[in-house]
Amino acid sequence: MSDYLVQFNNISKFFGKVIALKDVTMRLKKGEIMCLLGDNGAGKSTLIKTLAGVHKPDEGEIIFEDNKIVFDSPKDALDIGIGTVYQDLALVPLMSVTRNFFMGREPQKGIPFLKTFDVEKANKIAADRMGQIGIDVRDPSQAVGTMSGGERQCLAISRAIYFGAKVLVLDEPTSALGVHQASMVLKYIVKAASEGLAVILITHNVHHAYPVGNSFTVLNRGKSMGTFQKKDISREKLLSMMAGGEELDKLEVELQEMDRIHNKN
Amino acid sequence: MSLKSKSISSKSSLNEDERLKKISPLRVLLNRPELGALGGSILVFIFFGIVAGDTGMFGAYGMLNFLDVSANLGIIAIAAAMLMIGGEFDLSIGSMIGFAGICIAIPAIYWGWPLWMSIVFAFAMAVLVGYFNGIMVVKTGLPSFIVTLAMLFILRGLTLAITRLITGRTQVPGLRVLIEDDPLAWLFATDTFKWLFTWLGSLKLIELRTDGTPLATGIPPSVIWFIALTLFATWILMKTRYGNWIFASGGDKVGATNVGVPVGRVKISLFIGTAVASTIFACIQVLDAGSADTMRGTLKELEAIAAAVVGGCLLTGGYGSAIGAAFGAIIFGTVSMGIFYTDVDTDWFKVFLGAMMLIAVVFNNYIRKKVTESK
Repeated sequence: MSDYLVQFNNISKFFGKVIALKDVTMRLKKGEIMCLLGDNGAGKSTLIKTLAGVHKPDEGEIIFEDNKIVFDSPKDALDIGIGTVYQDLALVPLMSVTRNFFMGREPQKGIPFLKTFDVEKANKIAADRMGQIGIDVRDPSQAVGTMSGGERQCLAISRAIYFGAKVLVLDEPTSALGVHQASMVLKYIVKAASEGLAVILITHNVHHAYPVGNSFTVLNRGKSMGTFQKKDISREKLLSMMAGGEELDKLEVELQEMDRIHNKN
Repeated sequence: MSLKSKSISSKSSLNEDERLKKISPLRVLLNRPELGALGGSILVFIFFGIVAGDTGMFGAYGMLNFLDVSANLGIIAIAAAMLMIGGEFDLSIGSMIGFAGICIAIPAIYWGWPLWMSIVFAFAMAVLVGYFNGIMVVKTGLPSFIVTLAMLFILRGLTLAITRLITGRTQVPGLRVLIEDDPLAWLFATDTFKWLFTWLGSLKLIELRTDGTPLATGIPPSVIWFIALTLFATWILMKTRYGNWIFASGGDKVGATNVGVPVGRVKISLFIGTAVASTIFACIQVLDAGSADTMRGTLKELEAIAAAVVGGCLLTGGYGSAIGAAFGAIIFGTVSMGIFYTDVDTDWFKVFLGAMMLIAVVFNNYIRKKVTESK
């Protein structure tokens, strides 16, 4: 039995001639938060979809709890416990908190053919779960549309955990949020990890990733630049690795050049 | 330190959020989709109570009259509302009514089928038409507006062509004699609670004919169907898993699919629902009139959608209620009949219908903004 809960070994994905991912390896232990960093177009989305069972990798293997796994559909990934929260969150603003929480997986009661949606039980679970993360849903029948962005994100994560996620894949959970809201979501992610989940946090925001991450994998143009433990790398080093570094250096040189020309005149 | 104080403050907010205003019961009511239609119904009743209170409109006979019209519209409006909540339209409702009518009449009159068999046949055809509408919309991803608009023409054309081909006419009379002793037809053709009306008549509490029998003889079948369907649809929407799937499919197709809702199946079943409701409508009317008419149900699809919209359904899906649609139908039925009891020219009914719908859409839009408003 290895230490790892889930391993993605040498994953490659090609779309025709385009190499979307090449030899990307990620290994996660229970309770670990791995941040997957990369600029736009680095292959983050392709990697998430491969983890979530939307794409099949062309090369490489996925090992979950020491078993080699092949996903035929997103449902397979869900069934073994890889819960993915996409950017759109799969929440319906016009529907209530409870109805969203149990969307597609409603608890039922009653006799066969006349089974009803157990609204009381669902309300109670939804309110409990949200209460645990410090979000007081005063009324679980209130529409999700009335919640803040951070609360919605937390609802979506909480739902994934409730329905059995052991590995949580979060796609840019803080990108659309303000500072306060983002910290609320990050705090919840840390809490989830401390309870034994493995979390893959996809982001292009190093400032959100660095405080919460245990390890960091940087993607650049479809390739992994390596996985680093927090103690081995600084925030600045990470930032410069995300392709932004080189380019920002170049930009600085160019600006200096412009300055020089300007001063000459 | 700052983290600690934050966690404390968030804990206290569990009990009382100081930024949260107390929500009054009125506000809660305002957030219900059926509120507009309920208020509208009350206004309509008050209006006719004042201008037509001394006519026969609110006698037993008058009331059954406008309830019958409301109920007929309501049967299709409820199905249309459920489909709209599921995020789709059905413009073929009216044509399906005509088609179902001849599906009952031609086999029964020209092919010698027993009436019950023709009725079963009509419902089977309805399931087929609904399934076809649904599968076309789900598989092609085309707007249901276009797919069912095509179906509107196809069905009406088929109805006309087949009827003329077989009968040489556009009407098929002669059904009335077949109703008696039929094991199925009574479901769509029996007035109920006759004893109640006889009793009320004997007490002279309701209007009587000159021979002493009551003018209103019983509750028409449409009203019973209407009430039953309203309760059934409300139960489905509010109390079952399938109901939650309907809201989810209309609210966000992609999101619903991602969490495992069988969106395609839900939509197909709702299209079957509108076609079946149209057939119930057709059964009631054809058996009541004793004849099928190829033009029966013309424009009914728009009235059904109008009633659903007045009842609080959003055109974009994901929001609405069956009770709302029922009240929407009651408003239209009451006004269309009530206008006869006033001095107002009946030509003005359509003006009213349009204006009512416009007000409802503006109102619904406002409510939706309120509901989804971030705090």
